[in-house]
Amino acid sequence: MNYFKIIINGIVKENPTFVLLLGMCPTLGTTSSALNGMMMGLATMCVLIVSNFLIALIKKLIPDMVRIPSYIVVIASLVTILQMCIKAYAPEIDKSLGLFIPLIVVNCIILGRAESFAAKNNPVASIFDGIGIGLGFTLGLTILGSVREVLGTGCIFGTSLYSEDYGMLLFVLAPGAFLALGYLIAIFNKLKG
Amino acid sequence: MEKLKSSLTNMLLVLTLIAVIAGGALAMVNSVTAPQIEKINQENLAAGIKAVMGSDDIQVAEPQEVEGFTSYAVSDAQGNALGCAVTSSTNGFGGELKVLVGFNAEGDILGYTVLQTAETPGLGAKAADWFQKGAKGDIIGKNPGKCNFTVSKDGGDIDAITASTITSRAFLLAIKNAYDNVIAKHDGATGASAQAKNCKAEGEACCDSTECDSINE
Amino acid sequence: MNKLVVSLSPHVHSGDSVAKNMYWVIAALVPALICSFISFGVGAIITTALSVVSCVFFEWAITKFIVKSDKCTVCDGSAALTGVLLAFNMPSNIAPWIVVLGAFFAIGVVKMTFGGLGCNLFNPALAARAFLLISFPVQMTTWPLAGQGFGSYLDAETGATPLALMSQAFKGDVNALNQLPDAWDMLIGNTGGCLGEVCALAMLLGLVILLVKKVITWHIPVSIIATVFVLTGILNLINPVQFANPVAEVLSGGLMLGAIFMATDYVTSPMCAKGQLVYGIAIGALTVIIRTFGAYPEGMSFAILIMNAFTPLINQNFKPKRFGEVPAKK
Repeated sequence: MNYFKIIINGIVKENPTFVLLLGMCPTLGTTSSALNGMMMGLATMCVLIVSNFLIALIKKLIPDMVRIPSYIVVIASLVTILQMCIKAYAPEIDKSLGLFIPLIVVNCIILGRAESFAAKNNPVASIFDGIGIGLGFTLGLTILGSVREVLGTGCIFGTSLYSEDYGMLLFVLAPGAFLALGYLIAIFNKLKG
Repeated sequence: MEKLKSSLTNMLLVLTLIAVIAGGALAMVNSVTAPQIEKINQENLAAGIKAVMGSDDIQVAEPQEVEGFTSYAVSDAQGNALGCAVTSSTNGFGGELKVLVGFNAEGDILGYTVLQTAETPGLGAKAADWFQKGAKGDIIGKNPGKCNFTVSKDGGDIDAITASTITSRAFLLAIKNAYDNVIAKHDGATGASAQAKNCKAEGEACCDSTECDSINE
Repeated sequence: MNKLVVSLSPHVHSGDSVAKNMYWVIAALVPALICSFISFGVGAIITTALSVVSCVFFEWAITKFIVKSDKCTVCDGSAALTGVLLAFNMPSNIAPWIVVLGAFFAIGVVKMTFGGLGCNLFNPALAARAFLLISFPVQMTTWPLAGQGFGSYLDAETGATPLALMSQAFKGDVNALNQLPDAWDMLIGNTGGCLGEVCALAMLLGLVILLVKKVITWHIPVSIIATVFVLTGILNLINPVQFANPVAEVLSGGLMLGAIFMATDYVTSPMCAKGQLVYGIAIGALTVIIRTFGAYPEGMSFAILIMNAFTPLINQNFKPKRFGEVPAKK
C-alpha cells in the first residue's frame, strides 16, 4: 500500500471535517481562534496516531464481541495521558482547550478510524492513516478557526489585521461556527470537484 | 495468527488485560505529572495573589475556609499584615465566573484577577480589563461596604461593561459576596490587623460617580 | 409533499403579482418612513436609501456573477423590500458600513444561499438584524432620541427606549415605568428606537393599506397583537410596578412593525388561516417571554425567527383545504 496515498486520502478525499463531517463537537466548539483550532487538531492527531497503531497491533487479540469496549478503553487511556501531560507541561493550552481535551475520547474520528482502518490494516499503514486523517482534521480546524478569528476579531493567530471594532462578534460565537463551517464545506467540495 | 474467538473466557481475559495495562499506564503517567501539575497550580495562585495585592514582596499564609470562601491572609516581607486575597464565584452570562480579589485591612479593593470565565469573547470577557485601575469601570481602591457596589443601571456607582450588564452584575456580586462574608463578618479571621498602616481616613469618599455611559442592551 | 398545495406563495401567482404585492408592501411602508424622517431627521432617509441600494446591488451581483442567470430577480421588488425592512430595524444613526454589511448578510447569506426568493427559510431582513445585533451590540442598541431636527444623522443624541425602561422595571427599578412616554407619544412616534418601529400610527395605516389591497390577511397581525396585549395585561394586573401596561407594550418597540410587515412575509409564514393563527399566537407569547425574562429588551425579532423555523412544521399539520377557509386571493 502506498503510504503517501493514505496521507493524501486523509487530507482531501476523506477529510474528516469537510467530507466525512466527523467530530463536529470539537470542530464547532474549539475553533473560536486559529490557534485553538490548530491545537485541538494536533492534540487529536497525537491520540489518533497512537490509537491507530496500538489497535492495529492488538486487533488479532481482541474478540469481535468486545472490540468496541476494548477500543474505547485504549482511546480513553491515551486521552487521559495526553490531558495529564498538557496540564503538566503546557498549562497555556490547558487554559484554552482544557474543557475539550477529554472530549477527544468520544470524537467519532478516532473510533471511526479504529473500526474502518486500523482493524483491517497493518500497524505501519495505520500510523500513516492517523497522520493523514489527523492532518486533515488539523487543517480543517485551523482554516475554520482562521476564518472565524479574522471575521470575528480582525486578528489571525493573534496578529491584528484590522481594528477589532469592525469584527463581527457573531463569528466568535456558536452561530458563526455553523455559518462559517457551512460555507467552507461548500467551497471545499466545489474545489475538490 | 488466527483472530481470537468470542468465547466468554477470551472476552473476560482480554478485557481484564487491557484494563490492567491501561490502568497501569495511567498510574505511571499520573505519578510523573501530578507533582508538576500541583506546582503549576501553586505558581498560578501565587502569581494571582501577588497581582491582586499589588505587591511582589509578600508572604502568603495558609488558606482559610470562611463561609465557603477561600481566603489567604497576606503580609509583607516584614510580617506586617497587608490584607487578604479571597476567591469568589458567581454565575455569569456563560457559566461560572470565578475571581480572586485582594482587600486591604480596611476592605478597600487592591486588585482582582479573573480566574475562570466562560463569558462571551469581546463582551463579557472584557471583565478581566474593564474594572482594572484607570479603565472605565475602575473598582480599584473602592470599598464594597461603603459605596453602592452595583452597576449604574441598577442605581450603583460602577459603570457596567458596555452591552454586558449581566456579566458586570455577576462580577460585582462575586466581589461583594467575598467582602460581605469574609471581610465584613469575620474581620479577625482574615488576619488583617485593624491598625494597618496607610489606611484611608474613615468616610473618605471611595466611589466617585463617574459619568454614566451605559447603554441599553 | 406530493400533493398540490394551494398557497399564497409567489410561485402560484400569475406573472406580475409578486412584483405587484412587493410594491404594495413598500407603498404601505412609506407613511412610516415619513414619520421616521420627522422623528429622526435626514438620517432615516439616508439609512433607508443606502440599505435599499445595497440590497438591490447584492441581489443583482449575485444573480449575475454567481448564479449566472439572466432572470431579472431584482425587478420583482423583493430585494428592495428587504432593504426597506432592514433599514427599519436599525437605529437611524448607525454607521453606513454596518448597513451595507447587513444588506450583504440579508441577501447573500440568508436569501440567495438558500436559492433566492421563495426558498429562504428565514426572513432575510430579520435574520440580518439578529446578525447585526449579536455582532455589533453597541452600535445596534445606541438609539437616537426623537425630535432633534431634520439634519440629525450620525451625531444624534442618544437615550433609552421605552423597552429598555420596561426591562429595567422588571429588574427592580421602581421608577423606570414612570419615565415611559405616554401612549400618544408612542402612537405618533415621538420616542427613541429603531428607524421604522417608533410610529405605531403609521404602521396601522400600513396595515389598512395591505388589508384593503388584500396583500395580507388579518390573521397574523391581529393574533400577534392580541396575544401580546392579553399576556402583558395579565402580568400588569399581577404587578403594575414591575410590568408595564399592555397598551404601552403593544405600542413600543418593533411589535407593530414585526406583526404587520415581518411576520406576514409570504415565504416564511404558514399558508392557511389556522396555521397563521397558531403562528401568530406563538410569536406573541414568545415576544412577551423574551421581553420580560430574556437578556434582550426586545423579543419580537427573535420570536419571529424562531417561528420561521417552525413554519414548515405548522404547514404540515394545518394543510389548506382545496377550497379552503381562506378566501381566494388575487
